[in-house]
Amino acid sequence: MPNPFTPIIQGMKITLGHLFKKPITLMYPEEKPKVAERFRGLHALKVSHSKAKCVACYLCPTVCPAKCITVEAGEDANHDKFAAKYEIDMLRCIFCGYCVEACPVDALKMTGEFELANYRREDFIYSKERLLEKK
Amino acid sequence: MDIVILGLPLYYYIAMVAKVLGAFVFVLLTVAYATYAERKIIGHMQVRIGPNRVGPMGLLQPIADGLKLFFKEEIIPSNASTFAFLIAPLIALVPAFLTFAAIPFGSTIDVMGYKIPLQIAGYYDTALGKVFDLNVGVLYILAMSSLGVYGIVLAGWASNSKYSLLGGLRSSAQMVSYELAAGLAIIPVFMLVGSLSMQEIVKAQEGFKWFIWSNPMTFVAGVVFYICALAEVNRTPFDLPEAESELVSGFCTEYSSMKYAMFFMAEYANLVTVSAITTTLFLGGWDGPLVGQIPGLSVVYFVIKVYFLMFVSMWIRATVPRYRYDQLMTLGWKRLLPLTLVLIVLTGLAGHFGFYTFFG
Repeated sequence: MPNPFTPIIQGMKITLGHLFKKPITLMYPEEKPKVAERFRGLHALKVSHSKAKCVACYLCPTVCPAKCITVEAGEDANHDKFAAKYEIDMLRCIFCGYCVEACPVDALKMTGEFELANYRREDFIYSKERLLEKK
Repeated sequence: MDIVILGLPLYYYIAMVAKVLGAFVFVLLTVAYATYAERKIIGHMQVRIGPNRVGPMGLLQPIADGLKLFFKEEIIPSNASTFAFLIAPLIALVPAFLTFAAIPFGSTIDVMGYKIPLQIAGYYDTALGKVFDLNVGVLYILAMSSLGVYGIVLAGWASNSKYSLLGGLRSSAQMVSYELAAGLAIIPVFMLVGSLSMQEIVKAQEGFKWFIWSNPMTFVAGVVFYICALAEVNRTPFDLPEAESELVSGFCTEYSSMKYAMFFMAEYANLVTVSAITTTLFLGGWDGPLVGQIPGLSVVYFVIKVYFLMFVSMWIRATVPRYRYDQLMTLGWKRLLPLTLVLIVLTGLAGHFGFYTFFG
């Protein structure tokens, strides 16, 4: 007949051992977690020759599962296509990274920033200026 | 002092009031800090830290909890029986404190020439030179713990809610079943001591002859009693009534603010009481090395033993998953009750054939 006491005693030995180990809790606002290099956080539009690389091909709004990207094309000084309006609604974004994979000109990347809390709904809609990567 | 009231000198009443205040304050502070200690200990056992933001190391957490509950809105359901609804938490809480009257928390101390036994219902008779206390001490304690069940039944019934009623009935059925096994489990102790008085039981264990290790029958009886006591206070693996859908179905569903706080204080106060009873009956009460020489040391030993048993109950809570209701009832009626009956028979046989002497 299976012994009811042995598993309980073994379990209690494990818990007692844990009592003397160092806890793995991270004290959040004082210590922040280290994120991996490929962590999918806030988006950033890459810049080259002091303008965004984005050519407004509309691939990222098409692939986005949450339909959170809004793009409007425009013509710049060199008669090239560029994104006159590029907005990502962070309230809808699911941080899947499909937009980054879809971009043919490598204009979009995701940074490691995850602290995106805000007070007003309007502040969650990131326009092109806010999305440009910081150099 | 020569004033004699009802045949007892005045110092007896002063000493009794001092002991009552001391025991009451001790139990209240222990209950408040037991909530904090439990969260910290269970946290560390789960490799995380418990509360540590309120005050240094989280020590002001119980005060913050108390204040929060105090400021919450009091909601009383309109179809609830008001008087029963209001009185149920009190009936659950008060017997835990009442039980302390019969528990000896220290040996006899000498204050200004008068000997005072450290037990609220105890008196040192100078003429006869011995300590008199409640001679049915253990029966009183069992009776008081049975009173706690009324609080739960009343809470479930007076809430005028189907779920509360069923939760309350389940909880009271659990408490009653385990009370039976607990009451029978301590009979080997009386058979070996010959008296129900708590002072006699502690005296019989003096000199490290604690019942938990002096005798195989009382060792098993001690373990069985502790398990049944945990089941009675709705604790640890047996806390189905309070955790099932996290109180949404349970006897305290309709309770808010302070009344809810009283139910949860009642749980911890019952835990303190039950640990105190187990130390007195099985771990030798206030006994320990050098008790005779240093006056207050017996109280220190008693408190250490009670806190150790409370730590064991928190340790079990962090380790063992919850019993299902039918598993719980099977354990109480089909396994522990026959086991206690067998223990009584074995103790009787062992005494009859001369293995252990029966005092008195």
